[in-house]
Amino acid sequence: MASKHSVDRRDFLKGAAVTGAAALVPGSVAAEPPQAAAQAPGGAPIAGREADPAVDVEVLTTDRPGGDFMVDILKSLNFEYIASNPGSSFRGIHESIINYGNNQAPEFLTCCHEESSVAMAHGYFKVEGKPMAVLCHGTVGLQHAAMAIYNAYCDRVPVYILAGNTLDATMRRPGVEWAHSVQDAASMVRDFVKWDDNPVSLPHFAESAVRAYKIAMTPPMMPVVVVIDGGLQEDPIPPEIASRLRVPRLTTATPPQGDSGAVAEAARLLVNAQNPVIVADRLARTPAGMTRLVELAEALQAPVIDQRGRMNFPSSHPLNQSASSGSLIANADVILGLELTDFWGTVSTFRDSLHRSSRSRIKPGTRLISITATDLFSKSNFQDFQRYPEVDVAMAADAEATLPALTEAVRRLVTDDRRRAFQERRARFEQARARERDAVRSEATLAWDASPISTARMAAEIWAQIRNEDWSLVSESGNSSGWAFRLWEFNRHYQHLGDSGGAGVGYGAPAAVGGALANRKYGRLSVNIQGDGDLLYAPGVLWTAAHHRIPLLTVMHNNRAYHQEIMHIQRMANRHQRGITRWNIGTTIDDPNVDFAKVAQGLGVYAEGPIVNARDLGPALQRALAVVKKGEPALVDVVTQPR
Amino acid sequence: MKFPMLLAALVVATAIAAAQTPAPATQPAPAGNAETGKKLYVSYGCWQCHGYEGQGGAAGPRLAPRPLPFAGFSRYVRRPTNQMPPYTAKVVPDADLEHIHAYLMSRPAPPAASTIPLLK
Repeated sequence: MASKHSVDRRDFLKGAAVTGAAALVPGSVAAEPPQAAAQAPGGAPIAGREADPAVDVEVLTTDRPGGDFMVDILKSLNFEYIASNPGSSFRGIHESIINYGNNQAPEFLTCCHEESSVAMAHGYFKVEGKPMAVLCHGTVGLQHAAMAIYNAYCDRVPVYILAGNTLDATMRRPGVEWAHSVQDAASMVRDFVKWDDNPVSLPHFAESAVRAYKIAMTPPMMPVVVVIDGGLQEDPIPPEIASRLRVPRLTTATPPQGDSGAVAEAARLLVNAQNPVIVADRLARTPAGMTRLVELAEALQAPVIDQRGRMNFPSSHPLNQSASSGSLIANADVILGLELTDFWGTVSTFRDSLHRSSRSRIKPGTRLISITATDLFSKSNFQDFQRYPEVDVAMAADAEATLPALTEAVRRLVTDDRRRAFQERRARFEQARARERDAVRSEATLAWDASPISTARMAAEIWAQIRNEDWSLVSESGNSSGWAFRLWEFNRHYQHLGDSGGAGVGYGAPAAVGGALANRKYGRLSVNIQGDGDLLYAPGVLWTAAHHRIPLLTVMHNNRAYHQEIMHIQRMANRHQRGITRWNIGTTIDDPNVDFAKVAQGLGVYAEGPIVNARDLGPALQRALAVVKKGEPALVDVVTQPR
Repeated sequence: MKFPMLLAALVVATAIAAAQTPAPATQPAPAGNAETGKKLYVSYGCWQCHGYEGQGGAAGPRLAPRPLPFAGFSRYVRRPTNQMPPYTAKVVPDADLEHIHAYLMSRPAPPAASTIPLLK
């Protein structure tokens, strides 16, 4: 865009030009007001009528806009991708990314909704372990993104958000740009991001951009927002600024370990316990977290309950006793909670009846140990922090980083007697695991040939196609009764990515695309079990997958409803006893049924369905898989039982 | 997290499944009609938590095949002790409950897992 001598948005942002642009532009038309200036009480002249800067000294081009320097910073932070639904409030940096930055590191990802952009970044992080950048348009784009940002916040996942804005009111284009500008852009999402800033100069941007990355990546990890002013992006880098521009060095913070005294006390409790139980939720930030949990569990031969916020523990490990969580919790004398979202809910029951009630599930005297980085950072407005847990040892620390010290402390305390007891315990759990495996297969036979297709059958059919591949379940939305986790063998960190965090519907499809994008360079087969209601939030992400050639097998868990809500309405109807047969009103997705295969085809994705007969499912999956193996997305629409 | 919800459901499932033993031979046959019961099972929304075949899932335990004997079945439906909402006689008459029970009784036993290649 054309810039004007002497007065630009940077000057405004620096706090200059407050007395009116005309007074600062010598020789401009606007500098000669048509009427005599009045005198303000402080002596400053008051122009009779505010006027914009002159147009007769325009410079129409620049070869070094501020956006280029912003790209230098993004490159220094090693972003692979930047996801965005394009918007004029960041047109400057957009152009810098694709031309100055050659559209590489970061590469621009074209998205159809900002909620998709952020959820893609959410899924991507959980495979790749580093953030994806997201560009959000001023006001409207960030508001579109808000729900997905909240999911990432609740899930303790860093997303690096750059939000466009035009702060200098005198430089805004009339009309839409005003509606897309805001005084305090990040305020819209400040309650559920970890940090934000609104830089007023390029050096300020440089520091804030690097600082934001560091903060986002320090446990507890969360999204961050850096507002990028339109003027900073588009205007030439001023000579006096250029000489002091530099890229700050990033040094990420070491995740905090638990206090050594608390670690020793936790080890003592665990080693002396008769029935210790380890519960893990958002523990394994990295593959090392999984390895470390196996080491601790085996040092104690203690059962592990994986609440699956992350891929914490191999599903086939004999100490994975997640299926017996109820009895294990009830009989435990020591419970170690690792990055639990809800420790209170883990040790309590809550009855959703007319008179809500709760009770403890644990024996009196059971000792509770908590290690969570969430204790290091809390906000008050949004209530994702759950009920207050009364624990005996609370380590405000990153659990993954603390596990090596805890395991070492446990090993030091294990005597021969305790080791023998541990081995006996291990043998019992191996037997229990074998019995559970048989029970799961027996249970899967129920409704095996039913139509709609049972979720167990669907999971078994998918498993048959992928079990010999290097696969990754990048998302699982819509609640299919956990059959994938019961029938498949999850042994690698990237094979399960956890869920949305905030339970904001619409996460599944875009998170799957983001996860699949991260998996692509490793040649992994990405699989998504996709709820129908979730996909309808922003199905355009299928087009993004097709456009960017992201291989992903999406299998629809299409129960033709927002099924969770059906059950809630049924519960209310039962409670109020004035008819219980109208649960479908406002909850079902039928009449007409959504033809997801056609939707996907229309967005450029290979698709089949609806599959209503179980025997047709295997061949359809095979055909779709052949497409995915060629490097493209494919979708199979399966009409399923509700759960 | 979805896990606690699943956990709660599985607790219920465990409790009820323990009581789901084959009906004694002396138990009188249900008076209900299985075909009618199938329609009621759908219209009253039993399938929402238990599946169309009564197979159970994350939200509710297995009901079929081999459902609870009618007396215990009816008792639990009227005054459930866990997460299940109550189905009183005001909204599900006794006769309808008998039809539903008959439908559940009519569900065939599944094939053995050992006979299904995908489950081996």
